[in-house]
Amino acid sequence: MDVYLPIANLSVNGLYIVLLGGLTGILSGLFGVGGGFLTTPLLIFYGIPPTVAAASAATQVTGASVSGVLAHSRRKGVDYRMGAVLVMGGMIGALIGAVLFSALQSLGQIDVVISILYVLLLGSIGTLMMREAVSALRPGMFGKGPQVRKRRHHPLVASLPYRWRFYASGLYISPLAPLILGMLVGILTMLMGVGGGFLLVPAMLYILGMSGNVVVGTSLFQILFVTMVTTMTHALTTKAVDLVLAALLLLGSVLGAQFGTQIALKARPELLRLALATLVILIALRMLYGLGVQPDEIYTVVPL
Amino acid sequence: MRLAGRLLLLLGAFLALGGALTAPPALAQREPVLVPAVSQSLIEVRQGFTGARLLLYGAVVDPDSGGRAGDYDIVVVLKGPTAPVRIREKERILGIWANAGSSDFRSVPSFFAVASSRPIEKIVDERTAAIYELGTNFIQLSPSGQIDPEEQARFASGLVELRRRQGLYQENPGGVSIAEKVLYQARIDLPSTVTTGSYTAETFAISRGRVVASATARIEVVKAGLEGQVVTAAQRWSFLYGLGAILLSLGMGWLAGRLFART
Repeated sequence: MDVYLPIANLSVNGLYIVLLGGLTGILSGLFGVGGGFLTTPLLIFYGIPPTVAAASAATQVTGASVSGVLAHSRRKGVDYRMGAVLVMGGMIGALIGAVLFSALQSLGQIDVVISILYVLLLGSIGTLMMREAVSALRPGMFGKGPQVRKRRHHPLVASLPYRWRFYASGLYISPLAPLILGMLVGILTMLMGVGGGFLLVPAMLYILGMSGNVVVGTSLFQILFVTMVTTMTHALTTKAVDLVLAALLLLGSVLGAQFGTQIALKARPELLRLALATLVILIALRMLYGLGVQPDEIYTVVPL
Repeated sequence: MRLAGRLLLLLGAFLALGGALTAPPALAQREPVLVPAVSQSLIEVRQGFTGARLLLYGAVVDPDSGGRAGDYDIVVVLKGPTAPVRIREKERILGIWANAGSSDFRSVPSFFAVASSRPIEKIVDERTAAIYELGTNFIQLSPSGQIDPEEQARFASGLVELRRRQGLYQENPGGVSIAEKVLYQARIDLPSTVTTGSYTAETFAISRGRVVASATARIEVVKAGLEGQVVTAAQRWSFLYGLGAILLSLGMGWLAGRLFART
């Protein structure tokens, strides 16, 4: 099924794009990650210009997270207060990210920076998650014996002033911690075209120490708003949002997200985390390989 | 449409012939006349566009011999709108492939195709080929900035090679067929990635290494229908377009959520 993408300026097989959207939709429903970390690189491999891929993936992530947020809020899995603080930070971060993006773009180093960021972030988070999941699944493997991890936040978080009560998360911490976290994720959203859920979810669990049952829903809530801001920023500055591409991705991902949420309710969380960790590590390795191996095209053309 | 073009072409050829026959015989040898036509002068990029095949055809008529123009070759050059670009070159830095050097060119055509009846080097010498831009090596890219010529040539050939692999720069020796030494026909395939704008098709009749006749035709490539409207909206009404994209994603997500909640 040939579909012409007016902004990307090329013809693609629409079925592949819908399937890709479906895959990321399942991920978003399952893990509370937007799936942008998978969509953007795969779209680029498919031949879609990087800026169009990042901009349209942000639009898709909005759609995938809205159905996720709805599904999670029905079972009271969203801490709106925490979400609002994260969103505030995310918007500040998106603006900083936009400035960084254009600075790096004029230097011609945006692609390399994006790839290095992917390798570092996905690699380290994937490894951390993998260790957690494996030790939870096979107690005694690391010689520590069966261990019940006491949920608590990082000492640095505890040292910040002006504490607020976040009832749904079961926390009494300074709002500065989620604000800074949201800001960092916002910068990445703009730079990498990702929702940042793969960073947000572990940070909420291990740094903020949030209650596990609101992590996924709150992460999706933050992603929903930050990707809306990102879509608008791209529409106004790069003009790279391809509506046809976004609609195809959306079609797949909103359906996929529902399946993902259904599976998430039934499957064991440790197994899910192991699966996500494996996926994240695989993508990091693929990006690392891409950095080290001589690329197919040595030359790139940018309009002046 | 195509039939009408053919009829017009034949009429043109006939008139040229007639003119040649009725005109008083000149002492000096006169140049042959090239009568060109294009299968489509407007290419519309709309939904389902996967590229287009362009036919450039016509006749070469010699006024002196009153018909066939003798042995000649036909070269057709189709050139897309030009734009200034910067070309970046990747190098291995600390084990990572990153952009290092760059070079600017002021007039890089977005599309460039040459079709000829025989390989170009057998038709003309290199100097003539360079003058008429008969080949992807001879595109006048107008380099700018202060970089030594050798480096510039490396960047230029890198660009040509890249665009050739993308199907945007083509060389097709044998892409022109000549029938009865009068009628010629050239095929050029445009990929779906073509940029919109004004394209020029130049046809050259070449005899004994010399361009004896040439003609130019214009082809417009435009985005039409919904595709055209999407592009216009994205460029002119950016805010509304962005809002539309957000509403579309919210609406689709919400709808899916509602549908699944009921089942």
